[in-house]
Amino acid sequence: MGLQKSEIMLIVAALAIGLLSFVIPDWLVFTTTLAIASALVVLGVVMLMRAGLVSFGQGLYYCIGGYAVGMGGRFLGVTDALLLIGMGVVVTVALAMLLGLLLTRYREIFFAMLTLAFSMILYGILVKSHNLGSTDGFGVGNWTLLWFDPESGKDSQTMLWLATAVGLAVALFLNRYFGSAIGLACEAIRENEVRVEYMGMSRRQILYINYVIAAAIGSIGGSLTSLAAGHVDPTMAYWTISGEFVFIALLGGTGHVAASFIAAMIFIMVRTYAVELFPNSWQMILGIVLLLIILFLPKGIWSLFTRKRRVAS
Amino acid sequence: MLTVWAILIDGLIYASWLFLVAAGLTVIYGVMRILNMAHGSLYALGAYAAASAIGWYYNGGGDQLWIALAMIAACAIAIGALAGLIMERGVLRLMYGRDEVLMLIVTFAMLLILEDVMKLIWGTTPYFAYQPYAAMGRFNIGVLTVSGYQLMVVGVSVAVGLALWFWLERTRIGKILRSIIHDREVSEAMGVNVRRMFTITFMIGAALGAIAGGVTAPIISVVPGVGVEVIVVAFAVVVTGGLGSITGAAVGALIVGLARAVSIHTMPELELFIVYAVMAAVLIFRPHGLFGQAVARKI
Repeated sequence: MGLQKSEIMLIVAALAIGLLSFVIPDWLVFTTTLAIASALVVLGVVMLMRAGLVSFGQGLYYCIGGYAVGMGGRFLGVTDALLLIGMGVVVTVALAMLLGLLLTRYREIFFAMLTLAFSMILYGILVKSHNLGSTDGFGVGNWTLLWFDPESGKDSQTMLWLATAVGLAVALFLNRYFGSAIGLACEAIRENEVRVEYMGMSRRQILYINYVIAAAIGSIGGSLTSLAAGHVDPTMAYWTISGEFVFIALLGGTGHVAASFIAAMIFIMVRTYAVELFPNSWQMILGIVLLLIILFLPKGIWSLFTRKRRVAS
Repeated sequence: MLTVWAILIDGLIYASWLFLVAAGLTVIYGVMRILNMAHGSLYALGAYAAASAIGWYYNGGGDQLWIALAMIAACAIAIGALAGLIMERGVLRLMYGRDEVLMLIVTFAMLLILEDVMKLIWGTTPYFAYQPYAAMGRFNIGVLTVSGYQLMVVGVSVAVGLALWFWLERTRIGKILRSIIHDREVSEAMGVNVRRMFTITFMIGAALGAIAGGVTAPIISVVPGVGVEVIVVAFAVVVTGGLGSITGAAVGALIVGLARAVSIHTMPELELFIVYAVMAAVLIFRPHGLFGQAVARKI
């Protein structure tokens, strides 16, 4: 199996980020790390969107990934970053396999509301857990990477490399997944699920697998965020955070894996500047942009690229 | 025995507040098939309007309770209907005919906008409007003490419920709305101006949200973000009861209200998530809520 064109592009982009990390300022390294981490959660939302489902509760798995990292370091003394991320994925997959049984029965608003409810349940539990710091959350301890112990000062750069590597792996996987039988079946379900059943496929099975993978990726995003930020708190599960992920997913569109990364970077950069310049009106800007996207770019910013290409050919 | 009475009374008070908050949401969904995420912001708008009006009235030396209450109602209805008109004519009108889920995101965008508009108008300092609450004193029911204001909220809630029922079941507009709910295209063909009905419905739904906020203003401190907290609870109530059904909203409010009261009096640590747990539990057995109706999927 040779490399596809978009796979080469993704690998080149990842290498470019790795090299750029030597020259760009520290804050940009941190911002890029956060953008990659959010993009992973967003990819989970995009996966569900391709199947016609909107999740207002992806923050649930984002939060579990974050807390798994924090608690693994705090209570179990695990410091290896990859092991911590893996623990988050294991917990997430176990929960998603359970919730998926229920959630795959629902569509549209009921799916959106149930996912929202589950993430709010986690939020409610965490807020009342005093040994986990209630609403303040707690700090994530120092981490190591395999045999390598990042010295202080070089921390953020190593973190970016880790995020880029993990992000690349997920992006390559999803790129193949979207073109696979099950990935294409998800799009078919969005168009018409009864016909999918006529073709001899089980829509619930497809949605179930899709949901569990989306959850696992969301958890990885949460783990990377908490490793980079060094702190976790219950707002990770609050529904407005999940709303932000839906926002970024719409901004990027479902056309290509890379769209989520670009959209997440734009979102985080805009937020960073807007919060500084207009502290009391940046949400308003977000809302207006969101309305404009829905009205004029219903397939997200990625449609700008594809539209141009079609004109050129 | 004391706990049982306390649970019943607290549950009833909380349930009537929930119904007030959820009524507008369910009216708008029932007619327009839009689950309005900005409903919480309308609630907050009403609360801010009422709080500033009461503050202005009492600071100016007024001390008449009934004038204060009338001002709450008038300000909330006015600002809610106005905001509803702007939202429907300015934004939602452009989006009709799209997916229900997309409308959810559109209203989420409006929520983001409204939250900041309120910050720009009222700032971030809290507003207090405790005077009407204090003026109505407390009553003894058996061995329990209940504040008069909260009893009034129960009354307002029942009145709103009855008014809605009368409006939908006994008036001409109500009949037209029910025909739209039943079949939009056929009623359009019969000469119903569906777009105007949508505007009216959205304004009324928005005003109901603002009334809920206005009535609540004297009990809470009005700060940025009150709406965001309220909206998910209101969602839980209407989804539990069955989207778009007034009876459903009332029953959903009672169930959620009582469940929360039980948890507060017996297991306070569960208070925050009991609402969602009830909703999830109901949806497991009734996927479209208690009074919701399943729709056939297209082939």
